[in-house]
Amino acid sequence: MTNPLVRRIGLALAAPALAAVFAVVVSAIVLELSGSNSIDTFGTILSNGFQLETFVDTLNRATPLFLAGVAAAIGFRMNLFNIGVEGQYILAAFAAAVVGAELNRFALPGFLHTLAIVATAMFVGAVWAGLSGLLKVTRGINEVISTIMLNFVATGGIVAALLPKVITDPTAPNQGTETIAERAWLPDLNGVAEVVTREIGRGRELTGVFLIAVVVAIAYHVGVNRTVFGFDLRSSGMNPFAAFAGGVQPKKMVFLSMVLSGVVAGLVGMPEILSDNHAYDQGFVQGLGFGGIAIALLGRNSALGMTFAALLFGFLDSSSAVLQVQASASAEIVRIMQATFLLAAVVAFEFVNRIRQRDEVARASAATETPNGPTPSIEGASA
Amino acid sequence: MAPAIELIGITKRFPGVIANDNINLTVAEGEIHAICGENGAGKSTLMKILYGMQPADEGVMRVFGEEVTFSSPNDAIERGIGMVHQHLMLADQMSVIENVILGSEPTKRGVIDFDAAKAHLAEVGRAYGLTVDPDDYIDTLEIGERQRVEIIKVLYRGAKILILDEPTAVLVPQEVEELFNNLRELKQDGATIIFIDHKLQEVLEISDSITVIRRGKTVATVAASEVTAGDLAELMVGEELPSPETGASTVTTDVALAVTDLTVRDDDGRAIVDNVSLQVHRGEILGVAGIEGNGQSELINAIVGTYAAETGSIEMAGRDIGSASVRERREGGLGYVPQDRHREGLLLDAPLWENAALGHQTAAPYSKGFWVDRPGSRSQTQQIREEFDVRTPNVDVSARALSGGNQQKLIIGREMTAEPAVLIAAHPTRGIDVGAQADVWNQIRQARANGLATLLISADLDELIGLSDTIVVMYHGRLVATLDPAEIDPRTLGSYMTGAALKGDA
Ligand SMILES: Nc1ncnc2c1ncn2[C@@H]1O[C@H](COP(=O)(O)OP(=O)(O)OP(=O)(O)O)[C@@H](O)[C@H]1O
Ligand SMILES: [Mg+2]
Repeated sequence: MTNPLVRRIGLALAAPALAAVFAVVVSAIVLELSGSNSIDTFGTILSNGFQLETFVDTLNRATPLFLAGVAAAIGFRMNLFNIGVEGQYILAAFAAAVVGAELNRFALPGFLHTLAIVATAMFVGAVWAGLSGLLKVTRGINEVISTIMLNFVATGGIVAALLPKVITDPTAPNQGTETIAERAWLPDLNGVAEVVTREIGRGRELTGVFLIAVVVAIAYHVGVNRTVFGFDLRSSGMNPFAAFAGGVQPKKMVFLSMVLSGVVAGLVGMPEILSDNHAYDQGFVQGLGFGGIAIALLGRNSALGMTFAALLFGFLDSSSAVLQVQASASAEIVRIMQATFLLAAVVAFEFVNRIRQRDEVARASAATETPNGPTPSIEGASA
Repeated sequence: MAPAIELIGITKRFPGVIANDNINLTVAEGEIHAICGENGAGKSTLMKILYGMQPADEGVMRVFGEEVTFSSPNDAIERGIGMVHQHLMLADQMSVIENVILGSEPTKRGVIDFDAAKAHLAEVGRAYGLTVDPDDYIDTLEIGERQRVEIIKVLYRGAKILILDEPTAVLVPQEVEELFNNLRELKQDGATIIFIDHKLQEVLEISDSITVIRRGKTVATVAASEVTAGDLAELMVGEELPSPETGASTVTTDVALAVTDLTVRDDDGRAIVDNVSLQVHRGEILGVAGIEGNGQSELINAIVGTYAAETGSIEMAGRDIGSASVRERREGGLGYVPQDRHREGLLLDAPLWENAALGHQTAAPYSKGFWVDRPGSRSQTQQIREEFDVRTPNVDVSARALSGGNQQKLIIGREMTAEPAVLIAAHPTRGIDVGAQADVWNQIRQARANGLATLLISADLDELIGLSDTIVVMYHGRLVATLDPAEIDPRTLGSYMTGAALKGDA
């Protein structure tokens, strides 16, 4: 028999590995059917993947995806389906960009300027998500419905209506808020990374928000698993009635977790505002909120799982850009891979779980001493 | 004629436990066959195997002489086997008919044919003498009615062999009578019934033969007419049958819990607790008798704080807690054993040590300030496990992996070890076997001697009479009588509960 620990770790990795194989096979079939050479395409993706610059790009793309994943997962942990991360981060980023631009006119130390931008984003995200929470606890409106509606209100309503009003230069190529003063930009982390790597090629800067994401990851993990608040949150998710009888106030928890979810959602747009564009314009990145839901699902709401999920999706996104440039295959193949991976992973998790249970049983039958449990060797006189 | 059921050499292992160890069971057609045994003996597991919910690791099953293997309950249903679980499994927000047809919906051109379903349901009901209103919503039904729905659901699918896992645990004596009458009728119509129960008197009353299981093994199969309750208890646990007795009174004059003029209304504005006043002193056990649905649940929910009272006051040790949150009340020393352990008592998918913390998560040893104290929680849970004989391989398994009775012991254990000043206990020994029951009674008695004030609700009238210092009867939301348990027997108490004694008096 193989070492049980090795087997256990193997099983933990088996689900994503199975899903990956499946995703690759499906994508290969799609590629061949659409007349592209699958070997070439995967070759491109791989050879590109081994470059340092791609890795930096992957981290940059994974950072906001991970943050969106955490935002969604906070709700999921207590069975709240916050579908509104999308609207929350877009509205938050817009507000942060406006505030950041306004503050250009004041003499401020750079870090205060940055802080004001981040705080605005977190606050607006919290308010927008908190609104859904409030609607649920006071009016009993399902959060799925309210967050979807508020997505529309935020993106199609508020931002669409206000964006034209903040455009200062109608002839500029990118129509948006005024660029935030350089003092408020987050420094990139290339210098830090280059301590261990070679010099990173020009045009690739590791976003400073990456550090914020690391902090969020640790705070999320510790908060959920090690604090009384986290216990309250998880117990509400597992059994709201038992949690209530155990002293957890359901309404307070719904509201608080929505607000927290919104706080993190507010950070999703920060790489764009603080590292990339330094403004909110019409081309502002969309869809990260929905990406976050996929990350939370794939990562099973755990900090580590979501880290891997975000890295994978970030890498695939990055490959998509390369494919686009090389035009060897449709860049959409990456979307297909992401989607099949997600679906296959959900199935594979279930499958591996079964095996794991069977394993435990096998181990149990091998184990003999169970001090307090029914001992198998007890005499059972039959009459 | 081949027996209805023949199980040969059934073995089932779980992590750290052999739930069924080479079990043999033969059930003749048309009999009522009881299965008895301690908590965790493996009764439910065996029945789940027979019902196709879990595969056996080893063993052979024969149904009416034919060898079968089930991979899901659907296979079992096809063979005419139906099961009503220890923990009822109905969808609260659906109507009776929707629950009954769930999973086997009759369709006409792709749409569910409710008329056909109702017609068939009425037919089944007539045939077996069971009545339910198909349009009632489950959450409006009493627990006895819910159980009837579960039984009908099984019969609707054409079951000839019925498995009932602890059906009487949640019923008051009158409902038990009713259930037994139904079962006798079913038997007359040719049904075979397998029946699990911890109350030995009931087992002797209803069954034809009895199989005793102990630690996963068959100990004996006996004819009900040939044994006494004492014999059974000895077969099960090797002990004499215990009975709850209060012992010397420890009642003091300090009021620990005072409820004054309490009124609770349901969603329709009906006063479901109607102007109730009661006092529980330190060292006293106050029993509340009443048939389910007469306001006892609402009364305890209002005291615990999970349901808002309309008027009236609740005081603990002289402090008004009427507007305090559940957490404040519990931190103030209020212990709570809920009547439905799965609904209000446990996080089934969480490990035992987290379940032990539930309701006490803000206090030592489960937490230190802001932080969960994992080692503290674990060792406390370990202590509960030893003191209350919770049968489990370790404290890291999920609560779901415990047998029903052991889940109950865990809840009792966590509430008692928190040393509450006031304990609200609803059916504290529900589902607990006769041996462990005595231990729980002893624990409650000991705490009472140390000054614990207990408000006790129980469907088990022997328990209620045996433990209480005073009994009040709740009827239609009001307290209608105060009785001395020393001077009353279950029959008389039962007639108070149904209101019969009251009308006679008036
Ligand atoms: N899903 C499971 N996973 C692990 N262990 C389990 C599982 N189900 C049952 N067990 C274990 O199997 C044993 C038998 O449990 P079972 O539920 O059959 O007992 P029971 O006789 O019905 O007891 P009770 O009278 O308390 O209901 C117990 O030790 C229990 O902990
Ligand atoms: Mg059981």
